[in-house]
Amino acid sequence: MSKNETIEFTVNVDEFLSLNKYEVDEECAHIELESNPDMNEFRKLVCVCPAALYKIEEDGKTSFDYAGCLECGTCRIICGKTIVNKWLYPSATKGVEYRYG
Amino acid sequence: MSDFDAIVVGSGCAGSIAAYELAKAGKEVLVVERANFAGGKNMTGGRLYSHALKEVFPDFESEAPLERRITHERISMMSPDANLTVDFSSQAMLVPGQDSYSVLRASFDQWLAEQAENAGAEYIYGITVEELLKEGDRVTGIKAGSDELTAEVVLLCDGANSLLTQDAVGFDTPSADHMAVGIKQVIELPASVIEDRVLAAEGEGAAWLFAGDATKGHIGGGFMYTNKESISLGIVATISDVATASTPIYQMLEDLKAHPAVAPLIKGGKLVEHSGHMVPEGGRSMMPSLVGNGVILAGESAMMCLNLGYMVRGMDYAIAAGMHAGRSAVAALEAGDTSAQGLAIYEKALENSFVLKDLEQFKNFPHFMESTTRMFNEYPALARDVMNTLFIVDGSPMPPLKKSIMPLVKKLGFMNILKDARKGMKAL
Repeated sequence: MSKNETIEFTVNVDEFLSLNKYEVDEECAHIELESNPDMNEFRKLVCVCPAALYKIEEDGKTSFDYAGCLECGTCRIICGKTIVNKWLYPSATKGVEYRYG
Repeated sequence: MSDFDAIVVGSGCAGSIAAYELAKAGKEVLVVERANFAGGKNMTGGRLYSHALKEVFPDFESEAPLERRITHERISMMSPDANLTVDFSSQAMLVPGQDSYSVLRASFDQWLAEQAENAGAEYIYGITVEELLKEGDRVTGIKAGSDELTAEVVLLCDGANSLLTQDAVGFDTPSADHMAVGIKQVIELPASVIEDRVLAAEGEGAAWLFAGDATKGHIGGGFMYTNKESISLGIVATISDVATASTPIYQMLEDLKAHPAVAPLIKGGKLVEHSGHMVPEGGRSMMPSLVGNGVILAGESAMMCLNLGYMVRGMDYAIAAGMHAGRSAVAALEAGDTSAQGLAIYEKALENSFVLKDLEQFKNFPHFMESTTRMFNEYPALARDVMNTLFIVDGSPMPPLKKSIMPLVKKLGFMNILKDARKGMKAL
């Protein structure tokens, strides 16, 4: 995708995540990003993260919140060598807990 | 002297079955699971082909928490404005050993863990293995927080996103064109409504795969499996490709839910869970070494998964691999040699089983899918156009089919279709 091509979506995934069971580790982010990420790399994360945790706001700024993470590791695979600087599992008993799976 | 004969990391299909085999043989085995219960971090599409489970637990049908026996196989070629579905059902799907079942992992994995625990395996939950203990290149145990535990052999059954296999056997992070991302929603509906909607008898259900518009023409597809009182609906798409899409994967799923071919299925349903999981799909050529000194890999941590477009398999490979891993570990422990050489019997056993035979047989298929994007774009459109020609009547005089259908095929190019068919046959 070229730099200027928009990513189009209308769905609000946060509403879906609110149905999941989480024990968020407020102390420690298990995923850390480059502070000024390359936009081409960031756009990949917007497309692939099934929890839609990677967002580009209306003013063009990027945002990321690990709280709703599904712990799939997709962002580690696509950007682990570029802008995802740290990827660990949440600490013991923390993170998502599937009730159906 | 080690703390345990064996430590198993992860209590999914591979881990619990391996632990069951070890415990049954009288070995001291510890399973370490990072979720608070078995299955708490796991997700499947998902359907389990039963043959491998039946070998370990012959009476699983009456004991395991299965959702529905699958008696309808459906495949769709989906365009934004049309959908062509093949629906196949057969008495052959009812024969024990060749039947398959939808499952949900939070309940299914707890049952598997229970079998291992009843056989004598110890379990600890809510502990994440952060590192392996090593002496030279030999794996000697695990490290979790400040705890260190040692074992003669460590079995890594920690899934597609293992952070330990690199240290264990030097497996580099898989590339984004060898991995797919899966997204799934579980939508609750009454059992009888599900049966009516998919035309299934009581307790039975359908597996359904969608190619084309489900992924907006990108490599991958949509899936639907009926559970007892819910429907699992999702998308699997190759990570490197969906990363270039203009529609993110969660919007693909939302659009699939709204497609006229799918919307009536889930109408009135209640969304209860949204999940994600990676799926290895590079075949045999992307798999790591299956053994190292003091260590064995089984299941998705060893990339044991197969996606042929019309069929997705992973859990039966994990179960068979877990069984062979457990039995091989027992044999190696008894021979007093859990070095890579002593554990090589595991790789031999898998080579002689369907697991490595299948993954070897279809190793070129992922490349075929990647290089044949017509599968996801032009072919669903062709299916729509041909079917429109056949079925749409507007009162205008009908030309002979040869005249109306041939131009549609020509537009795509005979040679292209022939080439794709030939490539596909070769890869399959």
